[in-house]
Amino acid sequence: MAERLRHALVVTSLAGPATVAMLVLIFAPTGVVAVISFTDWTLGAPTLRWIGLDNYAAILDDRAGRAAVINTLIYVGVVMPASVGLGLLAALGVRAQPFGQSFFRAAYFLPVASTFVAMAIVWQMLLHPSLGPVNAALGLVGLPGPDWLSDRGLVLYTLALIGVWETVGYNMVLFLAGLSAIPRHLYDAAEVDGARSAWSRFWTVTWPMLGPTLLFVVTITAIRSFRVFESVAALTDGGPGHASEVLVFALYREGFEYFRAGYAGALTMVFFFFILTLTLVQVRLLDRRVHYR
Amino acid sequence: MATITLDRITKRFGSTEVLHDISLSIPNGAFFSLLGPSGCGKSTLLRIVAGLERPSSGGVAFDGRPVGGQRPSARNVAMVFQSYALYPHLTARQNMALPLAMRRLTWVQRLIGLNRLLPSARRVNREIADQVARTAQVLDIAALLDRKPGQLSGGQKQRVAVGRALVRQPRAFLLDEPLSNLDAKLRVQMRAELVEVHRRFGVTMLYVTHDQVEAMTMSDRIAVMLNGRIAQCGAPETLYERPETLEVAQFVGTTPMTALTVPVDGDGRLGGPVRGLAVEPNPPGRRVTLGVRPEDAALVPPPDGHLTAALARQEYVGGGILAFARLADGAVMQVQVPAAEATATGAADGLLGIRLAAARVHLFDPLTGRRLPGRLRDAGAASAHPRIGVHG
Repeated sequence: MAERLRHALVVTSLAGPATVAMLVLIFAPTGVVAVISFTDWTLGAPTLRWIGLDNYAAILDDRAGRAAVINTLIYVGVVMPASVGLGLLAALGVRAQPFGQSFFRAAYFLPVASTFVAMAIVWQMLLHPSLGPVNAALGLVGLPGPDWLSDRGLVLYTLALIGVWETVGYNMVLFLAGLSAIPRHLYDAAEVDGARSAWSRFWTVTWPMLGPTLLFVVTITAIRSFRVFESVAALTDGGPGHASEVLVFALYREGFEYFRAGYAGALTMVFFFFILTLTLVQVRLLDRRVHYR
Repeated sequence: MATITLDRITKRFGSTEVLHDISLSIPNGAFFSLLGPSGCGKSTLLRIVAGLERPSSGGVAFDGRPVGGQRPSARNVAMVFQSYALYPHLTARQNMALPLAMRRLTWVQRLIGLNRLLPSARRVNREIADQVARTAQVLDIAALLDRKPGQLSGGQKQRVAVGRALVRQPRAFLLDEPLSNLDAKLRVQMRAELVEVHRRFGVTMLYVTHDQVEAMTMSDRIAVMLNGRIAQCGAPETLYERPETLEVAQFVGTTPMTALTVPVDGDGRLGGPVRGLAVEPNPPGRRVTLGVRPEDAALVPPPDGHLTAALARQEYVGGGILAFARLADGAVMQVQVPAAEATATGAADGLLGIRLAAARVHLFDPLTGRRLPGRLRDAGAASAHPRIGVHG
């Protein structure tokens, strides 16, 4: 009995602090936000009223709310595949370099290590409709330079392009780690077994062996791109006319500028739902498929 | 099946030359071992035969036809790796089928889904499945075919790896230390199975190992590689009975040979610590190196010995004792004492005599390390007496 008590004490003292921190810092706030999302509370107001699903309905009714959800999904839909694919391509390319591997690694990784808000100014200069070098270059080859950041149809994709630029380096580093963990002997075996071309060796060895890395990269990239905020806040403020409205920016504005805590809470729950779904898909469906047990 | 010829192969990595001018001929259907300590270049040589590595100069020919420009897949050799190199995402069955599918199906036919629709692919797939099943039957792994490598033990993985190599009837079978990751008991069992596979399929086998027991027990012929050169090539008995150099003599054999360099007088009598032995014909340098295997020496009372020594240490080796006898100059000679004689008593002062089986002692030139043509004979003084042993 004393033995069991001691064991229980040890377990509690080891796992306790982390558990408390998680409850206080993650679970409790999430619960509170979930509750608030069903009320009309505004930040600092003395009273609140239970209004059920009205906030959620408002997201769908409101042009800004709808735009935030749809734009975020489009943004993730562009950035996730593009930056995963380009990251893998960059990793394969860097590994194939006989010289200067560390230069290319550093060059690709630079955007990850830099402060985005500072980089945003550079992007603004680059993409300036009349003064920017991008449009100047387009002009040289006779193409019309678009309004990258103020064209309603284009702004979201410009932001997605910047998002890809931001994440490719990070994904490349992860893929490089995954690639270097593939045993050399498997390539030898594939070659002896008749995989003549680099293409068929890629599909026989590299692709399946990268499974766990790929799953991790896809998940991380999806979560990162769902959280898109800095580029919107620094470059477009969600404009023009909600064309670059995204979830996290909308909930920041509703919560911290308009103090509509209930509405912001509902937006947070929508965001939370997307992330949770994604994680569950990863854990439940894909994890067992890529670890080969 | 093929005769493999290596013609003056050298290999350099940067400025280090790891293989020096290697020529070998591996007869069709032979079980041929490359035996050497780690780092001697034997795996590199095997990779050159497979086509995974290009020689810096020299060439490889199968059945007299040079294959230098051919990729590994075109050479139709099979390889078993030390780490097995099974594809972890495929089942044992798929692992074994892969070399066949790679060769017989186009990539369109290999696409999952499509291979069920195309009649041509269906027929080939059926043939492949039959062939895998037959090979699995031979190797006794039919029950394991649906498991992934992660669910197999070392010995089972080994069998699947052998199966993957065998399934497509290669021209030659290259094995790179395939047994070194297995425990001792399994290793002995797999040795017998590999010999059986060789007997059954008659395919040329090139076997790389650092374990001389493996090489001796399985091979028709062995090439001993030391420092990137072929030191000697021959049948296992030849390597053991007539090693060409002291290096080979000391590398081959479970317990290492003792080397003892002694002066020789004008009549061929051996001097130094050795009594009552003479060499004929007299070697040129007035000195000779004796190579004595533990089983070619016996412990006797000191007056009867060719050498006098003190017992430094003994190891029980099961069925006998390995005695480490220290000579006056500090050199240690290993002597094998059969169990039946291990209980007799040594001399009172702790000194022992060592008697050599004169006809079985190997003679080497101390300067070049090469085998000398002569032989030892008893030259009086020491006479045959009952052996003594050491405390068991």
